[in-house]
Amino acid sequence: MKSFSYQNPTRASWAEDYSFLNNDLESAKDKESRKSYLKVSDLNIHINKAHILKNVNLEIPDKKITCIIGPSGCGKSTLLKTFNRLIDDVEGIKYDGSIWVDGLNIFDPKTEITEIRKKMGLLSQRPCPLPMSIYDNIAFGCKMHGERNRKKLNQIVEAQLKAVGLWEEVKNRLNAPASKLSIGQQQRLCLARGLAVEPEFILADEATSALDPISSKHIEELFVELKQDYAIILVTHTLRQALRIADHVIFMYLGEVIEAGPADEIFNNPKQELTRKYLEGAFS
Amino acid sequence: MNEANKLHEQSEYKMKLKFIEEKIAKGLMVIASLAVFAFVVNIIYTIFRRGFPALNWAMISQIPAGGYYNGGGGGILNAIVGSLYIVLGSTVLGLLISIPVVFYLNVYLKKDSKLAYVARLAFDVLFGIPSIVYGAFAFTIMIYLGMHTSLGGGILVITLLIIPIFIRSMDEVAQQLPKDLLDSTYALGATKLETITVVLRQIAPGIATASLLSVGRAIGDAAGVMFTAGFTDSIPTSLSQPAATLPLSVFFQLSSPNADVQDRAYSAALILIFIVLVISILGRLITNIFSKYKI
Repeated sequence: MKSFSYQNPTRASWAEDYSFLNNDLESAKDKESRKSYLKVSDLNIHINKAHILKNVNLEIPDKKITCIIGPSGCGKSTLLKTFNRLIDDVEGIKYDGSIWVDGLNIFDPKTEITEIRKKMGLLSQRPCPLPMSIYDNIAFGCKMHGERNRKKLNQIVEAQLKAVGLWEEVKNRLNAPASKLSIGQQQRLCLARGLAVEPEFILADEATSALDPISSKHIEELFVELKQDYAIILVTHTLRQALRIADHVIFMYLGEVIEAGPADEIFNNPKQELTRKYLEGAFS
Repeated sequence: MNEANKLHEQSEYKMKLKFIEEKIAKGLMVIASLAVFAFVVNIIYTIFRRGFPALNWAMISQIPAGGYYNGGGGGILNAIVGSLYIVLGSTVLGLLISIPVVFYLNVYLKKDSKLAYVARLAFDVLFGIPSIVYGAFAFTIMIYLGMHTSLGGGILVITLLIIPIFIRSMDEVAQQLPKDLLDSTYALGATKLETITVVLRQIAPGIATASLLSVGRAIGDAAGVMFTAGFTDSIPTSLSQPAATLPLSVFFQLSSPNADVQDRAYSAALILIFIVLVISILGRLITNIFSKYKI
């Protein structure tokens, strides 16, 4: 039986209001020491002979927004999908190297893949709510990981919907199908659904590209708020988005990491010629 | 000027041709639809004309009295109940067997898996096998097991008959499962087995359609149950007793030389159609409820 206990309220600013969620939990000190840490070393990925990722070495900082930028087909999405091993389902995939998450190698056969995925909330390009009610969309993950207490589930649903600013909009129709929401609301619901299983990372694969400008701004603002508690990894096609919200930038080109570093450095003073050209818009 | 006029005329002529083409195509579609409709109306009319006058309360509330097939009193409650038992039993059994198969084919196996290909081909072939062959096949099994013609045997053979229908029609829907949906479920930390809630909810309309198709085939099948369920004038009280079915009841009454008994065959057919109608409407209502959440 898996155990599931609710550990961190979604936003630091709400810690007071939702401290009741933390009754039976480890002390705040433990929480402090729990550091999200993701390190990629010598990662190579082949899909049927095509060399998709070449010798990738990376570190993803905690509690920051990391943007992965680069032209289409450079392996950004593949890299993101490798982090939670969704890539396993791809036909003809071969990987070597290692990715360390909290000191565990995710390619180690002993590592439980569901545990890795639970640590990584995924936000896909198009919002993809589960075929259930709004309430069940959020409760689904917690139920799956063993939380059965109705009262607690209610609290989690409310807290997570508030975390993404959806509570006021949907509190009167929690039992309505999630597909009835607008596309921007659906994307926020997906984010809340991911947060409900208490990830440490949020992986977003061009999470705003299918949304209208207002919804996409909303999501960006949420990322900026959420980075207090999570490491956010964002694949983006829009340079301007990266400029707006990135703290840390990784530039990829044809499966290789060309340059990685703090956003200021990369945007203002790129070391590589290729990066400079890309930022100037010489190619995209 | 002249040149322009000519061009204009030409394009107008082309437009006209397209317009006529459209009209002809539409006309053909209407004719085809009307032809099908006319057949259905004709069948129902025939059944009504002969069956409705012979229909009475005794038909649906009593089992056949002595000499029923020679014009004696009684009804066909035995066949109604027998058919309902068989349909219910085989639909439940069929669902229990085919849902895991569809789930395995679509969630566990990769898209271009050889096993999935062969399995789908096999189900397509099974789909086309006539029910009498299933009946004969099940009959040999029943002999091997030492069973007599019985309700259980009837349920068994009808289950075999409808499983390919179940699997193929659910599979068609399940193949459209969005990859993103599975991915986002995995991303929450779900194992493949735990995605079943999501998958079932997403293909719920497909399950409902599949059930309707299967019920239609199950209740209307005569050849399969002839050897296996047998025929009797009483209502079965256990799985090991023989059971009557509506299609066989129609068949036996139609073979009578007595015109009154033949009319009763039409009433039995009328009852059969009515049951199918009720199940279909119920099925549609249930489908609507379940497809509410579909993405």
